[in-house]
Parts: sequence; C-alpha cells; structure tokens
Amino acid sequence: MSNDTVISARDLSLTFQTNDGPVHALKDVNLEVGKGDFVSFIGPSGCGKTTLLRCMADLEHPTGGTITVNGVSAEEARRARAYGYVFQAAGLYPWRTIGGNIRLPLEIMGYDKSDQTERVNRVLELVDLTGFEKKFPWQLSGGMQQRASIARALAFDADILLMDEPFGALDEIVRDHLNEQLLKLWERTTKTICFVTHSIPEAVYLSTRIVVMSPRPGRITDVIESPLPRTRPLDIRDTPEFLEIAHRVRDGLRAGHGDEV
Amino acid sequence: MRNLLPILTIVAAIVLIWYAAAVALNAQWARDQAARAGQEISLSAIVADTWSQDKPKLPAPHQVAAEIWNTTGAMALAGRGMSKRSLFYHSWITFSATALGFLLGTGLGIALAIGIVYNRTMDMSVMPWVIASQTIPILAIAPMIIVVLNAVGISGLLPKAMISMYLSFFPVVVGMVKGLRSPSPMQLDQMRTWNASASQTFWRLRLPSSMPYLFTSLKVGMAASLVGAIVGELPTGAVAGLGARLLAGSYYGQTIQIWSALIMAATLAAVLVGLIGLLQRITLKKMGMA
Repeated sequence: MSNDTVISARDLSLTFQTNDGPVHALKDVNLEVGKGDFVSFIGPSGCGKTTLLRCMADLEHPTGGTITVNGVSAEEARRARAYGYVFQAAGLYPWRTIGGNIRLPLEIMGYDKSDQTERVNRVLELVDLTGFEKKFPWQLSGGMQQRASIARALAFDADILLMDEPFGALDEIVRDHLNEQLLKLWERTTKTICFVTHSIPEAVYLSTRIVVMSPRPGRITDVIESPLPRTRPLDIRDTPEFLEIAHRVRDGLRAGHGDEV
Repeated sequence: MRNLLPILTIVAAIVLIWYAAAVALNAQWARDQAARAGQEISLSAIVADTWSQDKPKLPAPHQVAAEIWNTTGAMALAGRGMSKRSLFYHSWITFSATALGFLLGTGLGIALAIGIVYNRTMDMSVMPWVIASQTIPILAIAPMIIVVLNAVGISGLLPKAMISMYLSFFPVVVGMVKGLRSPSPMQLDQMRTWNASASQTFWRLRLPSSMPYLFTSLKVGMAASLVGAIVGELPTGAVAGLGARLLAGSYYGQTIQIWSALIMAATLAAVLVGLIGLLQRITLKKMGMA
C-alpha cells in the first residue's frame, strides 16, 4: 500500500443470506484507490458495484476480507466523517431550504454558525447554484436538486466523494452538463471520487480509472487506466482514444457476462 | 365557497328527513291524545302537533334550534352566558376535560411511539397491549377509573381527562409509530454517513417526517377525547358538562334537551377537529409537505 492510497480492499467478500440461499454480492475483490483518483465502477445490475461503494461507506459489512479508508477501518473512517456520499435520489428534506439542506450535515457535525454560512455559500457557488439558497427543493428542477445534494456532500471537510449513480435518474442533456461540471469541480477540489454508473460514456468521460465488474458472484473483471488528459472538454468523446477505451469497457462487460447473454 | 352548495343540499335533505321522521314517530302520541279526549283529529292537526310536543320521541329541528338558542345566545345576550343552565357553561366543562385528556393522550401516545420505534423490547411487547386496551368497552372501564381515582383522592377534572386520554392516545401511538418510521432507508443511510447521533436523527429527520401522520392522528384523537369526556360524565352523577345534560335529559324524558346537548357536542367536535385541520394546513404548508 503506497502512501497516497486512500481506499484499499483486500479479498473483500460479502454474502447475503436470503431465503433462496446465499447471494455472493462481492467475491474476492482487490482494489486500491489513490489520492485524487476518479474511479468509476461499471457493470450490469447485481454486479456488486453499489455494494462495494456501500462497503467503503460502512453502510454494508463485508463478510470476508478487509477494507481500509484513509488507512483505518471503514467504520472509523465513517465516524471521522471521511467521505461525502451522494445517493441516486437527491434526498433533500422538503421542509428545509436548499441552504438549510446543505447546512444539515454541518449542524450535525457541529460547525459553528458563521463557518456554516461561509461553507454554504462556497459550495453553492461550486455547483453553480448561487442565489438559490432560500429556495425550497420543490422549486428546483431534478438536475438542480441533484447538484444541491452534491453541494451538501462537499460542504464538510471530506477528501473522498462516493457517488452512487447520482445522475441515473436524469435525462441525457442534463447528465452531460452535470458530468462536465463534476469534472471541473473535481479539478478544483482535488477530491478522490468513487463513482458508480451503468453508462459507458459517462464512465469513460469522467474517470482516470474504470473498474469493470460482473455479477454472480460480484467481482472485478477489468481495471482500465484512462490515457485521457485530466482536462476534458465534452467533445473529447468523439476522439479515437475515447472510443477505444469505451470499446474496451464494452468488451469487458461482455466478457464478464460470459455465456449468460 | 364552491362546496357550499353541496353542503347546503345535504343539510336540507337531512332536515327534510328529520321533519318527516318526527311526524312518523310522534303521530301515535298525538292520535292517542285525541282519542282520549274523544275528538277526531285531522291530518294537518297531527302534523302540527308532532312538531310542537313538549316531550316528543323525536323533537323537530326548530324545537332543538330554539332550545339551543335559549340556552346559548339568548342567555349570553341576557348577560348570563356562563350560568349553570347555559350550554356554553356545560360545553366549557366538557371541553376542559377533553382538552386536558387530549394533551395527556397525545403526550402518552408520542412517548409510547418513540419507545416502540427506538426500543426493540418495547417494539415487540407494547403494541399488543395498546390494541388490547382499546378492545375494552370504555363504558365498562370509565366508572372504575372514576372510583379508583376518587379512592386515592383525585376527583373533578382529572378522572374525566384520564378517560379522554385512554381513548385518544391510541390513534396517536399508531400514527406516530408509522410516522417516525416513514423516513426512507436512503434517508437513514444518509444520516449514518454523517455519523449523526440518535437524537440528531430523531429531531432532524424522524420527527419532521412524522408530521403529516401526527396531524391525522390528532384529528381522530381529538374526536375520541370528546367522546371520552362525555362518557366520563355519564356514570359519575356529574352535574355539569354535556354528558350530564344528556343523562339528566334522559332521566326526565327531556328529548329536546338531549338533542340540543348532542348537537352542541357535535358542534364542539367539529370546531376542535377543524382547528387541528387548520393547524395542520399551516404547519405542513410551512414545511413544504402539503
């Protein structure tokens, strides 16, 4: 484990006991995520990509192997508030304003009032929602709500951002726009981002590394290092390099499926 | 005001049926009276009589209305609005027991719900007892509560309020357990990722999420409280309160008095439930949940 390893999984396994027998959500997963990496997890449903992310967040408890986050156990990392987690749905509280929603984790973590205000303003600017602080969630579009939920995950001092299909419920145009903004944000904040998706273009466009997973049992089948530069305009998606990586991801996904398809 | 017409239509229909029923139920007495006096009685005379008897089986609406006016508005105009013969006075007595019982019941209900949601032992053990408590007829248990409390030196408002509480805590427990459990797994996971304490999760997520459920329960609880307070006045020989008016009315065959007390109780219930509805609208609108 090198010094700038942020997340490290060793032989990680997770088996759920169900009425239909055990389900191997994860089996012998080995992975290192370095500081400042943007790692995407891609695979079909049931491949364990969300489960892996939830293990990093200590929302799920592995039944085998070890996982460390910032050099400590996932639970200690969670207690130290080492990461911000963005769920598939924005999950904003309807009774709080956008500002109030972003302030929520800050209140829980005990930041003082003036610091809260300063941070709310900063992250609203970061996700391009300045001026919406006093608005209620229902007054915002779905894309804006998801941006607010990202702002909420960025508001406190966590170096890691775990994102579980954050743009999955949004339409293509909004998604492109948010992907572009997310990359800019990543450049500005130097956070480590783990990003679950089932969209190949999204994974290739965003990531420095793409982790391809396959189901039954959930495992990693390929890890692709992206040769694309860190600064990526949207039209990089038409370059041969981009298409080549996308092709490799698609091959990986197909291979993982084996003869089941 | 768009729904005024349908409401008035229904009211008119009820009044019509009421008048017809008064004729049907009271006609026998009118005929008997005429027979005893050895007179022939015409149909119009029967109808007129059935609507103006002193102790009818079913008093006509205008008789009840006149009785209510005489014991409320007219007395208030005469400056005796809170005299012991006034329905305002009796409503106030019943209302105070209702309100105290409602507050106690709501408090007990919320406390039990919190226990059930946060404590596994309570979750598995309390609910069956809560449900069992409501299967006991309140009329059977009310005199016992009054007698037992009287034996330990508690009398007056509190025993009646206890009966109200006994009826009103139930909908609050059921509603609040559901309400406190209404946050989605995702919202609870989110709290976990922030390492929020149990009390932070309660105050910031569970309690606000439960508000729509709470208000619905409060409406049912308020109506149940009023029933409890009235029932609490029946077996105790209470001399004041709408329940006492009902009982006294039935002793002396004063059907008009019974009906005016009933209508007064219904009005009181409508006002109280309406107030909670208003509070609900304001609160939920403010919370963006309406």
